[in-house]
Amino acid sequence: MATAVQPVVERENYLNSNYGIKSWLLTTDHKRIALLYLFSITAMFWLGGFFAMMVRLELLTPAGDLLTSDTYNKMFTMHGITMVFFFLIPSVPAVIGNFVIPLMVGAKDLAFPRLNLASWYIYMIGACLALYGFLFGGVDTGWTFYTPFSTAYSNTHVVTVALGIFVVGFSSIFTGLNFIVTIHRMRAPGLTWSRLPLFCWSNYAASLIMVLGTPVIAITLLLVAFERLFHIGVFNPALGGDPLLFQHLFWFYSHPAVYIMILPGMGVISEVITCFSRKRAFGYEFVALASIAIAVLGFLVWAHHMFVAGISMYSALVFSLLSYFVAIPSAVKVFNWTATMYKGSVRYDTPMLYAWGFIGLFTIGGLTGVFLASLGIDVHVTDTYFVVAHFHFVMVGGMVVAYLAGLHFWWPKITGKMYPEAPAKLAALLTFVGFNLTFLPQFVLGYMGMPRRYHAYPPEFQVLNVLSTAGASVLAVGYVLPMIYFLWSLRYGEDAGPNPWNAVGLEWMTPSPPPTHNFDETPVVTWEAYDYEHQPQEEITVGH
Amino acid sequence: MWKNFPLFPERASALAAQVDGLYFFLVAVSAFFTVLIFLTIFVFAIKYRRENHPHPSHIEGSLPLELTWTLIPLGICMIFFAWGSLIYFQEGRPPRGAMEVYTVAKQWMWKFEHEGGQREINTLHVPLGRDVKMIMSSQDVIHSFFVPAFRIKQDVLPGRYTSIWFHPTKTGTYHLFCAEYCGTQHSGMIGEVVVMEPAAYQAWLTTGGTSGTLIASGHQIFTQMGCETCHRSDTQGRGPNLAGIYDKPVALEDGRSVMADENYLRESILNPAAKVTAGFKPIMPTYQGQISEEDLAAVISYIKSLSQPQTSTTSTKEAAETGNRE
Repeated sequence: MATAVQPVVERENYLNSNYGIKSWLLTTDHKRIALLYLFSITAMFWLGGFFAMMVRLELLTPAGDLLTSDTYNKMFTMHGITMVFFFLIPSVPAVIGNFVIPLMVGAKDLAFPRLNLASWYIYMIGACLALYGFLFGGVDTGWTFYTPFSTAYSNTHVVTVALGIFVVGFSSIFTGLNFIVTIHRMRAPGLTWSRLPLFCWSNYAASLIMVLGTPVIAITLLLVAFERLFHIGVFNPALGGDPLLFQHLFWFYSHPAVYIMILPGMGVISEVITCFSRKRAFGYEFVALASIAIAVLGFLVWAHHMFVAGISMYSALVFSLLSYFVAIPSAVKVFNWTATMYKGSVRYDTPMLYAWGFIGLFTIGGLTGVFLASLGIDVHVTDTYFVVAHFHFVMVGGMVVAYLAGLHFWWPKITGKMYPEAPAKLAALLTFVGFNLTFLPQFVLGYMGMPRRYHAYPPEFQVLNVLSTAGASVLAVGYVLPMIYFLWSLRYGEDAGPNPWNAVGLEWMTPSPPPTHNFDETPVVTWEAYDYEHQPQEEITVGH
Repeated sequence: MWKNFPLFPERASALAAQVDGLYFFLVAVSAFFTVLIFLTIFVFAIKYRRENHPHPSHIEGSLPLELTWTLIPLGICMIFFAWGSLIYFQEGRPPRGAMEVYTVAKQWMWKFEHEGGQREINTLHVPLGRDVKMIMSSQDVIHSFFVPAFRIKQDVLPGRYTSIWFHPTKTGTYHLFCAEYCGTQHSGMIGEVVVMEPAAYQAWLTTGGTSGTLIASGHQIFTQMGCETCHRSDTQGRGPNLAGIYDKPVALEDGRSVMADENYLRESILNPAAKVTAGFKPIMPTYQGQISEEDLAAVISYIKSLSQPQTSTTSTKEAAETGNRE
């Protein structure tokens, strides 16, 4: 006997509770704001990627034959600015952090939901200012804006773009403020600091840097604007200023900024490694404290960007020593993640593949940072492709990989759908291979002496440049695939259920997608972090 | 290495082998730890995969392990730190008696002036086996003097002198690159360093087409621009006698004492009110905008030569601080 098929009534969740553009643009729901950010930073990622493509295409041949010098200089500048300020810095905090942190602590929302929305609007205003500068002439100072070139010699939209970065900095500050207060004040009953997921610890540490460091770049860029517009001598020696003062001020923020970028990514890795090893994090306290140590020590090393800039030898000595100290907590994390897998029960799902990619590539990136901290080596390789390779290893091989790991891990929670596993694994493999092919040759190029920001180069550097561009093409495919299958999954993906990974964490104890108010009842936490010991062993059946 | 597909720069200075030695050590240690971590993850991923190992063991951590993998990397890092610092300090202390070459960097070319007055653009001729010290300034933005074959690099700043030294050990022609982004033709601001046998270098010097040595032209400018009016060689002048002041401490009106290095001399010409010698009034006019970088280098050369016989108290501290902030 056939039974009548009952129509499925879609449960109310944050996506369908309200329709219409106003309900999105005026939302204060942290989950919707996370999606607004997802949309924005994805667009900026593709823009930054376009600039990178122009750079790599030009570098296929030794002569500067694809673009004029000025255009090329604008391409690498805009690539750096877009990727650093408009993609990497917001990526994990504003997308994943915004979505997941209130869920992880058992709260209904962040501490200041309207401030959260404001931070997205501020991001958009900053992005529009920068885009205006990019489209109507561009900027060619390098993302580092060194003076007096940026204040007195460049003929491009320096002030407009600098203002765009100034504005977007406030978006960062407000997000950081929101996270700090939320984590301090809105944890569910029983959720002590030592039971907090490591993702919260990492984002907390990054938030400290965001709040303390970002004001410095804001003031620095304002001073650049004043010097450029009103000829007030701050950095230009011809006006009585000091070019090194700019560098100290700029790097005082921009070095900690790299830890703003990487710490949230490290938080993702902690979540993924524990879930797919089904074990609590090895050395939880050490990993948590390492995050704080990185944040603190990160403020003490800025002049390692200035070893050949004209600082005193004794100054350089101190900053070199401190730079070694800041490397150690990152190493401690890598060892702890590896040890977490020991005698675990390991699954090869896509987030885990990305996590392994992160550990491998971040290790290489971090070790090459150790090369750079060594004064005698730095003199030779600073301002060459060695540095370019180093920071792409940590930022792309590390951070972007971690971001992708997080997107895949929490996608089912965010959308209620599973992404398709087979193309996802393929994309992970392509990004790993493409990435290595792009950036490993650059270490060799750097030691050989190829300077960075070169439009044309001596012919003996060509083979390695061609390899690098080939790798970039593979990497691009690896990035396009998730765009396609994530969108595909929205319509055709399997329904995910509340906990497709059988993970431990408050965010997995609410439906996917979550209701607007997150939890029907405030949870009470009585278990330690990553309590996989007491998590029932169910087979993961979804999406495989 | 292979001519058409080189993977390593040539070694043409005394320093290069030392830098490479540290580099190879770093590569070896990094490769070791990278392989260690890759292999460990690989082994754990296979040995403990869910099909093989369905029940995870519950391990919290291990203090001895944490201490080990904190302290051992720290110890290794201290070796890198010490070794790298030793090389850096060597680079920062040019030996006495180094041959000096004044360098002016400008968008987008390198201008060199040898002691004998020989001028070159973008190509620098130096003799094999002699210490060479570059005293450099920029006419506009920050540039950076980079010779990969020597493993040296130093930013060249507007408004002050920085210096770098090297000791060429192999004849040949080597790339010179500008390594600090400086605008449109940054990648065109390249040149060559030509290391010649001493005899060939001497021969080259005579073809330099000079209008006199740097010191001689400096003396001429010193007279022409009226410096001699106040800075007389007796003690009757309105300004201090400059004989013997280079590389010695100078007592200032406000009680401070500073070393009279190249940057001090430069500042005293371009911004005389900044540091007034004790016992004198701040009446010297500024020459900012009235003297080119090349002429400034010549005048400073001349003033330095007034100290020539008295090298016995020249300190290596001066050499160290030439590239440094005051």
